[in-house]
Amino acid sequence: MDKEEIYKLLEEIQDPEIPVLSILDLGIVRDVVWTDEELEILITPTYSACPAMDVIRIHIQMMLSSNGYKNVKVTQVLSPAWTTDWMSEEGKKKLKEYGIAPPNPKQQVCNQELFMAAEAVQCPHCDSYHTHRISEFGSTPCKALYACDQCKEPFEYFKCH
Amino acid sequence: MPENMLSKIDYCLHLADNALILCHKNAAWCGHAPSPELDIALTNISLDLIGQARNFYQYAATLINENNAKGDSVTDDHLAFLRDVNEFKNCLLTEIPNGDWGQTMLRQFLFSNYQYFLFQQLINSKDEQIAAIAEKSIKETTYHLRWSSEWVIRLGDGTPESHSRMVHAVQELWPYTGELFLPADYEMDCLKSGIGADLELLKKDWWNKTHEIFSEATLSIPGKSFVQDGGKYGKHTENMIPLLTELQYMQRAYPGCEW
Ligand SMILES: [Zn+2]
Repeated sequence: MDKEEIYKLLEEIQDPEIPVLSILDLGIVRDVVWTDEELEILITPTYSACPAMDVIRIHIQMMLSSNGYKNVKVTQVLSPAWTTDWMSEEGKKKLKEYGIAPPNPKQQVCNQELFMAAEAVQCPHCDSYHTHRISEFGSTPCKALYACDQCKEPFEYFKCH
Repeated sequence: MPENMLSKIDYCLHLADNALILCHKNAAWCGHAPSPELDIALTNISLDLIGQARNFYQYAATLINENNAKGDSVTDDHLAFLRDVNEFKNCLLTEIPNGDWGQTMLRQFLFSNYQYFLFQQLINSKDEQIAAIAEKSIKETTYHLRWSSEWVIRLGDGTPESHSRMVHAVQELWPYTGELFLPADYEMDCLKSGIGADLELLKKDWWNKTHEIFSEATLSIPGKSFVQDGGKYGKHTENMIPLLTELQYMQRAYPGCEW
């Protein structure tokens, strides 16, 4: 059994909330280990309450068992804590094509400074940086709401974390 | 079960209960907040809190099961939905009525300020799982603290109406802040064994931050006042039974129900 084959199968599992991203794009698969006939997949949640984790766990189990892997264990690890830096470049590209602005490469918001200017986020539709934040909380814990002042379209931003 | 294991379990339940109860209170704003964006913001904070609560409940359940080979095993759901009011160890601050938007924002600020410095300490806990949960949670709490601080300032230093409402909110909530820093015996045990937070230290950080935000918000910190406590030992206010009745209704009425 080789690791690459396992990763190829995991690549096919989508994030239930943002189906263009695989769980590898999202960076939540931390490791694949074999211990005495048991295959263990280590995953880490994006947010403490990420509602997708239970579904992802089941999908991993199903994908591997239907490909002949028995005794699969999916373990959740919390540390080191997930960060948007772990999202693949491929994943960021797919996000943008899907209409969600990908996280900025540099952490800009994880600090305590009050009333700071919103991050400069590029509109995924027209590429303008002439955008503004509507709310730093969005439809899922990982997203903020923005609007574009150029093409006037609202959009979601996968916020830095 | 060894004494220090009991303390560790109680400590995890206390941390979980704080998050669960405040999550439940905040969630009552769903559909009622001043604007859709704020509705979404506060429910997102609730979601983060339930995630943190679940992590602590799951860990508590693991410890209980490992140390109780003969008894029935418990899950995170048992701990949230099937314990009685006198078994809940949340601080009273988390169960106080929402009041108006200002009071809810002030409660969130007072609590997030406490949680932020608590997790900063717990990242260095000798217990790996408590440290991991703290590491995961603090990023979320950072958002909560910043967002609620901004609201306290916006309303405190806002119009005469918003200012007077914030003054009222401070009077309502202040008596419940002292309990955050009065260590229960399980907290002292956990501090001694290097897995829990030092509340004296936490209090200093919390005070500095509260001072900073209150002065920007043109609000004054009340002088010495009576401290309401008891929550950490299961002695709650009259708000707690109606709250649990609602929170636990489904599992009590339809035991084991899933959806
Ligand atoms: Zn645009």
